[in-house]
Amino acid sequence: MTRQMTGAKMVVQALKDQGVDTVFGYPGGAVLPIYDEIFQQNDIRHILVRHEQGAVHAAEGYARSTGKPGVALVTSGPGATNAVTGLTDALLDSIPIVVLSGQVPTFMIGTDGFQEADTVGITRPCTKHNWLVRETDKLADTIHQAFHVSTSGRPGPTLVDIPKDVQFANGTYVPPTKAATAHYAPQMKGDMEAITDLAELIETAKKPVFYTGGGVINSGPAASQLLRELVEATGFPITSTLMGLGAYPASGDKWIGMLGMHGLYEANMAMHDCDLMICVGARFDDRITGRLDAFSPGSTKVHIDIDPSSVNKVVPVDLPIIGDVGHVLEDLLRIWKTRGRKTDKASVSAWWDEIKTWQARDCLAYQGDDKVIQPQYAMERLEALTKDKDRYVTTEVGQHQMWAAQFLGFEDPGRWMTSGGLGTMGYGLPASVGVQMAHPDSLVVNVAGDASWLMNMQEMGTAVQFRLPVKQFILNNERLGMVRQWQELLHGERYSHSWSESLPDFVKLAEAFGCKGRVVSDPAELDDAIQEMLEYDGPFILDVLVEKHANCFPMIPSGEPHNNMLMGEADTQGAIGSSGATLV
Amino acid sequence: MSALNLKKGSSRKSAYDLRDPNSEVIETHTIACVVDNEAGVLARVIGLFSGRGYNIDSLTVAEIDHLGHRSRITIVTTGTPAVIEQIKAQLGRIVPVHEVHDLTVEGRTVERELALFKVAGTGDKRVEALRLADIFRANVVDSTLESFVFEITGTPEKIEAFAELMRPLGLVEVARTGVAALSRGES
Repeated sequence: MTRQMTGAKMVVQALKDQGVDTVFGYPGGAVLPIYDEIFQQNDIRHILVRHEQGAVHAAEGYARSTGKPGVALVTSGPGATNAVTGLTDALLDSIPIVVLSGQVPTFMIGTDGFQEADTVGITRPCTKHNWLVRETDKLADTIHQAFHVSTSGRPGPTLVDIPKDVQFANGTYVPPTKAATAHYAPQMKGDMEAITDLAELIETAKKPVFYTGGGVINSGPAASQLLRELVEATGFPITSTLMGLGAYPASGDKWIGMLGMHGLYEANMAMHDCDLMICVGARFDDRITGRLDAFSPGSTKVHIDIDPSSVNKVVPVDLPIIGDVGHVLEDLLRIWKTRGRKTDKASVSAWWDEIKTWQARDCLAYQGDDKVIQPQYAMERLEALTKDKDRYVTTEVGQHQMWAAQFLGFEDPGRWMTSGGLGTMGYGLPASVGVQMAHPDSLVVNVAGDASWLMNMQEMGTAVQFRLPVKQFILNNERLGMVRQWQELLHGERYSHSWSESLPDFVKLAEAFGCKGRVVSDPAELDDAIQEMLEYDGPFILDVLVEKHANCFPMIPSGEPHNNMLMGEADTQGAIGSSGATLV
Repeated sequence: MSALNLKKGSSRKSAYDLRDPNSEVIETHTIACVVDNEAGVLARVIGLFSGRGYNIDSLTVAEIDHLGHRSRITIVTTGTPAVIEQIKAQLGRIVPVHEVHDLTVEGRTVERELALFKVAGTGDKRVEALRLADIFRANVVDSTLESFVFEITGTPEKIEAFAELMRPLGLVEVARTGVAALSRGES
């Protein structure tokens, strides 16, 4: 069946046929025909953001908490350029989103028209793929391809740039089933010989560790289930990157915490001393590896990843397995079980004894205080008062993000939304809007820092307009805390421009946006303040005034290996050498 | 290096396994990609090289299948074995890229480049240029009383050698196409 319709109508039809129920966007001249079509239908909700960056982060939050692609709609020129940060964020964290941008009419392209930008040129390096559609007949097919590419293989952002005349013109609509998507088909099944090799390694390993990442979550809920089954069956310890939290439950007894620069002592020591590292859907990021030439020197490294370019990119591995995590884990479990479910139990038990001595160091311990709220204490209380709720957490970027990762426990995938690869300050608030749209009855908390939160604070307007009861939990130290920490460690305590002197009154700000706020500085009142935030029926800003000079530990200083962590203030003198100082 | 016993290269059929992945030796490879001939595809390929800091020594591109709208991009690049592997893997990720071939490791290849040389001069130098062109089987495709344009086809090395000889004889301008390459044999 072929149908004739305008390009603008095609956009809405294609979104419906792709199962899209929510679009985050901002209108403008070059997308008016599409907005006119949105006005005349009720199947797709449009969420008006306050800035296009917010639209893209909201779409990311929506995608990460549902597993479905997020959609953003922006106008040409500045609308598209404002989307660039969000696109790059989604590319680095492998989040499936589709951005539709308006463009000046085809006959004006190249004339420096009003609000014209070379959108496909600008977004080429920050999308998985992008398209400029010059004919209405190709529009529907292209949008379907954009969804296919965005969600297939390693997920990522795609962008479709649609000139205004293409939106007005008539053309033939193509349904998703007829779209030309066959040419892009990443390999899903892993090589069976390699998977058998891995089963063999599992049988003989003495000090194994699972090092898992966002790829497990991207692979779908089945992959997390298979991972849990594999971990339980083998009894091996498991650590995860920032991106992978929740794939294995934090309450599980094989969980040894997050690894990396601000990861747990036991997790990093296990990575350093292991003899078998099974990397599942992670990519040996520099926040994870620390100093490369001293990274886990004695281990056989196995890497399961759907993206061949992730393999051997920074760390040479002994056994690469290219394929979807879910598929590979399923085959691995089957093969390993058929071979007799063997592990070297005595050695693994001794390995656990070693890990337990590291755990006994209690690396997250901090100095309590009854006058000033310590940021770690704030996270502990937030965890205590929300962990039994149907909870989703987003974060901004900085110290608060690391404390959230350290102190909050995630039992399921898709509950933790944070900007990992790009480290985008301003991610958390719009992401919380996107998550709340997808889960209207759940608790959505954005753990924020004062500086990050201000970067996209205009999105409080979105939250209020659409009655999204997002909870903004701001750890306010009047500092750019992580920058301040690095200046302390690296730049002789010269705190160049890392404090905020003219912060707004967050309570008044909340009132100005039409929601509620509260400020708390007394540790004794913190629980009450958190309760008020949770019970309030609407968006809430909780301004938690915390210790201004707290540093985030443990920390692997730049240029150092995993087994050389700073555990507290006493370790910080001369911790970073001159070669480490050039690293970020 | 490995604590556990593992058959090296047991899972990958690439010739990469024959080389030391940690080697710092700089190698030159000729890589051919078959791509959809769509707007921006060349920008995606060269943007990958510039964005990730890889080298392009030469680049040749033209549509090879007009009905299927396929182009072949031939890139000569240099890097350590690990970088060459990354280049191939990254090229493979680009959506309109259908095939990536490392002709340098896939077997014997034939590589050719075409170049045009303008040589100006009179007297003995002019005669000598013509004599050397004959030795190199270069064709004269334009001549005036004081200049020749030679057309020469061959490996990059042969073209380099010809350029060296022409330089003292009045070489004024060179245009080169970059390398086109195919694997030898039937496959």
